[in-house]
Amino acid sequence: MAKAALMDYDRALELFEPVIGLEVHVELNTKTKMFSSSPNSFGREPNTGLAPLDLGLPGTLPVVNGEAVKYSISLGLALGCSIAESSRFARKNYFYPDLGKNYQISQYDEPIAYEGEVEIELANGRVFQIPIERAHMEEDAGKLTHMGGATGRIQGAEYSLVDYNRAGVPLVEIVTKPIYGTEGDAPEVAKTYVQTIRDIVIALGISDARMEHGNIRCDANVSLRPRGAEQLGTRTETKNVNSFRSIERAVRYEIQRQAQILADGGAITQETRHWHEDTGATSAGRPKSDADDYRYFPEPDLLPVQPSAELIAELRAALPEPPAARRRRLKAEWGFTDLEFQDVANGGLLTEVALTVEAGASPAAARKWWTGELTRLANAAGRETADLATPAQVAELAALVEAGTLTDRLARQVLEGVVAGEGSPQQIVDARGLAVVSDDGALIAAIDAALAQQPDVLEKIRDGKVQAAGAVIGAVMKAMQGKADAARVRELVIERAAAE
Amino acid sequence: MSELTRLSAADLSAELSAGNVSAVEAAQAHLDRIAAVDGAVHAFLHVNPEVTLAQAAEVDRKRAAGEQLGALAGVPIAVKDVLVTKDMPATSGSKILEGYVSPFDATPVALAKAAGLVPLGKTNMDEFAMGSSTEHSAYGPTHNPWDLDRIPGGSGGGSAAAVAAYEAPLAFGSDTGGSIRQPAHVTGTVGVKPTYGAVSRYGSIALASSLDQVGPVSRTVLDAALLQDVIAGHDPNDSTSLNESWPSMAEAVRGADLTGLKIGVIRELDGDGFQAGVRQRYREALDLLASNGAEIVEVSAPNFQYSIAAYYLIMPAEASSNLAKFDSVRFGLRQAPAGGGTVEQVMAATREAGFGPEVKRRVILGTYALSAGYYDAYYGSAQKVRTLVQQDFANAFEQVDVLVSPTAPTTAFKLGEKLDDPMAMYLNDIATIPANLAGVPGMSLPIGLAPEDGLPVGIQFLAPARQDARLYNVGGALESLLVDRWGGPLLAQAPELAVSTQEGTR
Repeated sequence: MAKAALMDYDRALELFEPVIGLEVHVELNTKTKMFSSSPNSFGREPNTGLAPLDLGLPGTLPVVNGEAVKYSISLGLALGCSIAESSRFARKNYFYPDLGKNYQISQYDEPIAYEGEVEIELANGRVFQIPIERAHMEEDAGKLTHMGGATGRIQGAEYSLVDYNRAGVPLVEIVTKPIYGTEGDAPEVAKTYVQTIRDIVIALGISDARMEHGNIRCDANVSLRPRGAEQLGTRTETKNVNSFRSIERAVRYEIQRQAQILADGGAITQETRHWHEDTGATSAGRPKSDADDYRYFPEPDLLPVQPSAELIAELRAALPEPPAARRRRLKAEWGFTDLEFQDVANGGLLTEVALTVEAGASPAAARKWWTGELTRLANAAGRETADLATPAQVAELAALVEAGTLTDRLARQVLEGVVAGEGSPQQIVDARGLAVVSDDGALIAAIDAALAQQPDVLEKIRDGKVQAAGAVIGAVMKAMQGKADAARVRELVIERAAAE
Repeated sequence: MSELTRLSAADLSAELSAGNVSAVEAAQAHLDRIAAVDGAVHAFLHVNPEVTLAQAAEVDRKRAAGEQLGALAGVPIAVKDVLVTKDMPATSGSKILEGYVSPFDATPVALAKAAGLVPLGKTNMDEFAMGSSTEHSAYGPTHNPWDLDRIPGGSGGGSAAAVAAYEAPLAFGSDTGGSIRQPAHVTGTVGVKPTYGAVSRYGSIALASSLDQVGPVSRTVLDAALLQDVIAGHDPNDSTSLNESWPSMAEAVRGADLTGLKIGVIRELDGDGFQAGVRQRYREALDLLASNGAEIVEVSAPNFQYSIAAYYLIMPAEASSNLAKFDSVRFGLRQAPAGGGTVEQVMAATREAGFGPEVKRRVILGTYALSAGYYDAYYGSAQKVRTLVQQDFANAFEQVDVLVSPTAPTTAFKLGEKLDDPMAMYLNDIATIPANLAGVPGMSLPIGLAPEDGLPVGIQFLAPARQDARLYNVGGALESLLVDRWGGPLLAQAPELAVSTQEGTR
C-alpha cells in the first residue's frame, strides 16, 4: 500500500485545526448472547453452540439479555451519561451474510445512555474532558473470512467462510461528540481515551477487554478545518483500529494526509478508510454518503427497555471510582517518579499494574515487568502489551522472583512461556525445569569443578581481591545454565576461601 | 364419511375420554377424509399419516396408562404452514422454503402436542400470509368447500377449508390483518384472533411482527375456546407475549349470557361497499341479539377509514425486514446465477426465483416506506394513524362492552376474480385490519347464507385487549340462538363434497 503524500505534522497544525470523534465498540462478557441463549465465549470451533436465532432461522425471536442491559447501564453511568427511562431497540437493515437475519438489532434514536463526559489525562499531564454523545446496545456480527484472494478482502476472493459464533455477542457502542481543542495532542487524546474506556470496562468487570480478540474496537473520525474557520471540514472514518498504538498513528496519519490534500487545493472525500498496521497508512474504503440507507425502524419483536429508578440507583452505587480519581490515587499509592508513572500510563497499563499489585506484587515489580519485558515482547510481536499476560500471572512471576525461585534472567524465560500460552509461571517453571538451584550441595559441586580449572582464585580472594570470585561465579552460572542464585554462589566461594 | 369427522372437537373429546373411540381411530378417520376430499379442496400442503398415527397412539397409550390428559387429548388438529414444526416441513406457502424442517416446534404447536392434540398436517396459505384468497400460495390455491370455484379466504384459507370440509375439527391460523377471521367468514366457520400477545409468536414465520397473532380455527365457538385455553399464555421466548393469567374461554362460552351486554355497531363498517346479502344477515343477527337481552348502540370510529392505508405501510415495512433472512445462505432455496456470482448476486437470484409476485410487491413497498427521506411521510404517518385507531377503540369501549361489524364486505368471490387487482383484494380486510392495528381481539362466526349467492356470511365481534372472554360470551350466545333457528349448524347446509374414488390412507 503506497503512502499518500503527507504534510509535515507541525506544519499541518499551523495551517489546520484537527477535530476528532471516536466510536468505541465494547464486547460485553455476559454468559450468553444479547438476544439468544447461546454461549458468549471466544475461541470455540466455528459455528458451534449456536441458537436458532443466531442463524436467523424462521420463527425465531430475540429476547433481551437482562445482564447485558445492566452492564450497559453501568457503563453509561461510568461515562457520566444520563440513563434513558425508556429506550428502544431498532433494526438496522442490510444484506450481508455476517448476520443471519440480514438486520442488526441496535439502538437508533433512543439509546440507553446519552450526554456524558469522561476525563482523560495524557502522559504529559494535560487533561481533557471528552464529551460523550451516547452509548447504545447492539449485537455483534459474525465473522467472515475471505478465501482465495490476494488481500483477504472480499474483493477478489473466491469464496468466503462465515462463522456465526460472534453473531449476537452483546456490544455497547460509545460515540463521542466532536472533540475540539486537542491540537497536536489529537493522536494521543484518541489513544488515551480508548485506554481510559478500557480501564473503565475492566474496573466494571463487564468486558474481557482484550484488544486482539476484538473486545474493544475503535473507529476514528478525523477532520481538519483551516485556522479561523467555523465550519467543520469533511471527515474520514478509519475503521477498526485495534491497538492503542495504531489509533495514535492512524489519527496522526490522517491529519498529515488530509492537510496535504487540502493544502494542494484538493477536497477530502467523505469515506471510511482502512488502517494498515504494516505500512502505517490508511487506504480508501467505501464512500460514506447519504446513499447508506439502513432503513432503521423500531424493533417490533422487543418491548422498550425501561429500567427502574431503583436498579439505576443500585448500579450507580456500585460504580468503581472514576478514572481521574483513580489515577491520582494510584500515583500517590505507588510512589513512582513522574517519569515512571507516565511510562505506565502511556503504555495503557495502569489497570494491569494496579491489578498486579492487588494480586500481591510490589508496585515496582509490577511496573518493571509490564513496562519492561512484556512491552518489549509485545512490540516485537506487534501485539498489545495488556493482551500478553494476565495481572495474576505477572504477580505470580514477581512472587517467584521475590522468593528466590527465579532470577530475573529465568523469569524472562518464564514470561516467554506465559506469552506463548504454556500456563501459569509455576507450571512453566515445573515444565521447563527453570527454578533456581537452591541445593547448596549441587552448587558446591559446581564450585569445586570451577576451582579445579582456576585454582588461584581462592588465593586472590584471601589477598583481598574479592572481585576474583566473579570468574568462578560466571563459570558456575554457565555450568548450571543460569539456574543458580549468583549471590549464594558468591557467598559460598567466599566462605570457602575463608575456610581453607 | 365417518361420523367421527362430523363431531365437534368438544364432542370428539367426550367420546375419547369415555373410551368410545381411540385417538388413532379419530386420526385415521380424518386422514381418510383428507385422502377422500383434499384432492379437490387442497387444504393441505403436507400430510404424513405415519407421524400423525404414531402421535395418536402415544395419546392412547397415556390414556390407557391412566395419565392425566388435557381436555382436547386425542383430538386432531390441522396446522397452518406458517408455524414451524420439527416433524413436518414449514414453507409458509413459499417456494423459497420448500422442504424446510425446523429444529424446533412453534410454541402453539408444542403446547398443543403437550396437551395431547394430534397434528394432521400443514395447511395451505397465501405465501408468507400475504393475501386474502390463498391464490398467492406457491403451491396452488385452496378451494372453498361451499363452491370449489371460489376462494376460501386468506391467508389461512387452508385451515378454514380443512375445518369446513371436515378434514379436521380444529386448526391453527395466524391473523395479521384478518387471515383467521376473513377465511372463517367465507367458509362458514369460526375464527378467533386473540389479543396481541395472548398466544406466543415463537415459531410463527413472521409477516409483520407488531400485527401477527396465532389463533384458533374451528366449527364451533366452544371448540375455538377450548383451543385458545390450550395455547394462550406467556412464553419466555416471545418478549411481546403477555404475562397474564387468562380466565377459561370455554367457561365463557358455557356460561354465555347476553343480559345487559352493550354492543356497539361500528357506523363506519357498514353501508356502501358491503354486499346486500351480507348486510341483511348482519341486520338480522343484530336484531336477534337485541331481542335476547343485548343493548345495541351505534358508535363511531372515524379513523378506521385510514386503517387500510396505514396497514399497507406498516405491514410491508415490517415484512420487508422479516423476509430479509430468506437469502439462501443458511437454509432454503439457493439459486445461483449462470456462471456463479457474488453473494449478493446469489441472494438476488434466489429471492427473484423463490418469492412470488405479491411477496415482491410488498417487500418493495415496505423497503420504500422505510427509506431515508420517506420514513416520516410513510411509516411515521402510518404509526400516527395506528395511534388514532387505538384511540377510536378506547373511546368506543368506554361506551360499550363489545363492538360488532360484518367480518368482510362480500361473500367468497371466484378464484381469479381479484388476482390482478391488488387494491380490490386488499379491501377485503377493511373490517378486520383495525383490530390488528390496535392489538384487540376479534372473532368471526357464521350468521347465515347471503340470499343472492347462497354463500356463508360472518359477523365480527371485537373486544378490548385482554377481554377475549367477552368475545366467547357474545359469540357463544349468538351461535346458540342461530343454531336453534337453523335447526343445526350452518355447515350442515353446505353441499356434500364429491369423494375421491382413491382409497384412503389406511
